[in-house]
Amino acid sequence: MLLLNYSQPLELSGIIESVDTFLRTNMSPGWATFVEGVIVCVAILALYCIIALALIYIERKITAFFQARLGPNRLGPYGVIQSIADMVKILIKEIIHINRSDKFLFYAAPFFVIVSSFLAFGVIPFGIDLQAIDFNIGVFFYTAASSIGIIGVLLAGWSSNNKYSMLGAMRSGAQFVSYELSAGFALMTIVVLSGTMQFSELVEGQRYCWNLFNGHISSIIAFIIFMISGHAETNRGPFDLPEAESELTAGYHTEYSGLTFGFFYLAEYLNMFIYCSIATTVFLGGWMPIQIPGLDALNEVMWYIPSYVWFFGKTGLLIFLSLWVRWSFPRLRIDHLLNLEWKYLLPINLVNLLVMVVIVLTDTSLAGLFPSLLATN
Amino acid sequence: MTDILIFILLAIVIVAFSILAVTSKHVIRSAVYLLFVLLGTAGLYLMLNYHFLFAVQIAVYAGGIMVLFIMAIFLTHQPGENVRKKTNWKIVSSSLLSITGIALCGYIIVKNINRIATFARGEEIDMQNIGMAMMGTEKYQYLLPFEVISVLLLACIVGAIMIARKDKEEEKHDHIKTRIEELKDKSENNKENKI
Repeated sequence: MLLLNYSQPLELSGIIESVDTFLRTNMSPGWATFVEGVIVCVAILALYCIIALALIYIERKITAFFQARLGPNRLGPYGVIQSIADMVKILIKEIIHINRSDKFLFYAAPFFVIVSSFLAFGVIPFGIDLQAIDFNIGVFFYTAASSIGIIGVLLAGWSSNNKYSMLGAMRSGAQFVSYELSAGFALMTIVVLSGTMQFSELVEGQRYCWNLFNGHISSIIAFIIFMISGHAETNRGPFDLPEAESELTAGYHTEYSGLTFGFFYLAEYLNMFIYCSIATTVFLGGWMPIQIPGLDALNEVMWYIPSYVWFFGKTGLLIFLSLWVRWSFPRLRIDHLLNLEWKYLLPINLVNLLVMVVIVLTDTSLAGLFPSLLATN
Repeated sequence: MTDILIFILLAIVIVAFSILAVTSKHVIRSAVYLLFVLLGTAGLYLMLNYHFLFAVQIAVYAGGIMVLFIMAIFLTHQPGENVRKKTNWKIVSSSLLSITGIALCGYIIVKNINRIATFARGEEIDMQNIGMAMMGTEKYQYLLPFEVISVLLLACIVGAIMIARKDKEEEKHDHIKTRIEELKDKSENNKENKI
């Protein structure tokens, strides 16, 4: 590969490779694969939890910044241990049992939500060689996996045997099903542009020109629509009516306590991270450092910064944007919310997809217009 | 070896949850058990390395149709209430019908299993090939069936809208009728009270 032309001292591929060879020399191939699978699972689980803890702290600090207050500042320097303390607290809390509710569905619901966000988390490329599985249909798999979560929300609302939960679940169902459509179409627009659904190829194709700029008008519209619908899918910000605390107490997770509530909470935070990282990978070049063809010195310097730092940097930027939106706009009403999707975003999206097809067919994307400067191969 | 183990696991999940889906007395639980069956089938596709069908199974059945099922069950009268037991005649006729279905499917599968063994190569199928097969007009390309299905879906949507919407005039009439009936009831009640 071309990547090997530049030295990358801080990448993790060396460590991963040495672990792999160590296991393969000491075990039979079947067991080696099994042990590697377990290691990958544990690593992803750990990453999932660490990112959730970090996100909770970051969100509280940024929220405080937007509201001109200090945020958590008692535990540790600048309150960094606050979210760990909260985690311990939630772990030792009692799980309260609800009478006259469907026990099986009540306890199964959080698992649907967390498993779906976990599946989507598994396909994200965090850096060079840092991807659990690289499906041929990666983008589509992300859409499919994230669509299971809503079943958990619906079941939670129903099995709680509580009117507020039920209302929250119905709102959430309507909202999720509608905005999922927009998110899918926005991703399809970029699939048309780059001609692949595989994340590794998507990242490789954005070496010199991010998809956001490559498809100019059409890409930018798709990016904005994807950010809006991703935001709506995670029930946050101005779109948080499924759990609008002033009217529905807490929506579908009103009756949940302790760890079962923790699952919903964790999945909500991680879903924000997941849609931001998918946007990073699809629109902003993923883990690929900024490079300009011809300027080898600059490229060398850029490659010294490891790929995962690039990935988390770009994703962090998008998360900041999403928090900015969250604390800047008042909550929408349910009919406004559905109007926005079905009467504005979806038609714009369909036209946008056609425009992208025309751009690709007439070869007027930036890489098509300036092949000497920006084309990858 | 691992393949067979995983296959047996998936098969047990599929069979057990299919039986539960049919025998459960709560409608909503049946829906959830059916969801597990669909996810197990998706697992089988993943085993076959057919990633596209795997994702379609999850996105369309688990994420789309099951969500609609569950929402539709929510909208029915009392979704938690127990279902009445069927009469013996209904049990016999439906089991006969399902056995016929199994026999038909089994016959087709047994007849074609040799052909699949020779034609399917077992390697991953490229997304672009699938797209070409669905959108092409040449031999072994299926644009026409694809479009016919979309016409069917369009007809379904139009039909659903026709059933769901009421004419404004009719709605007014309905409203007035119910109002008149309410008034009548009230006046009758008043009369009875007076007597």
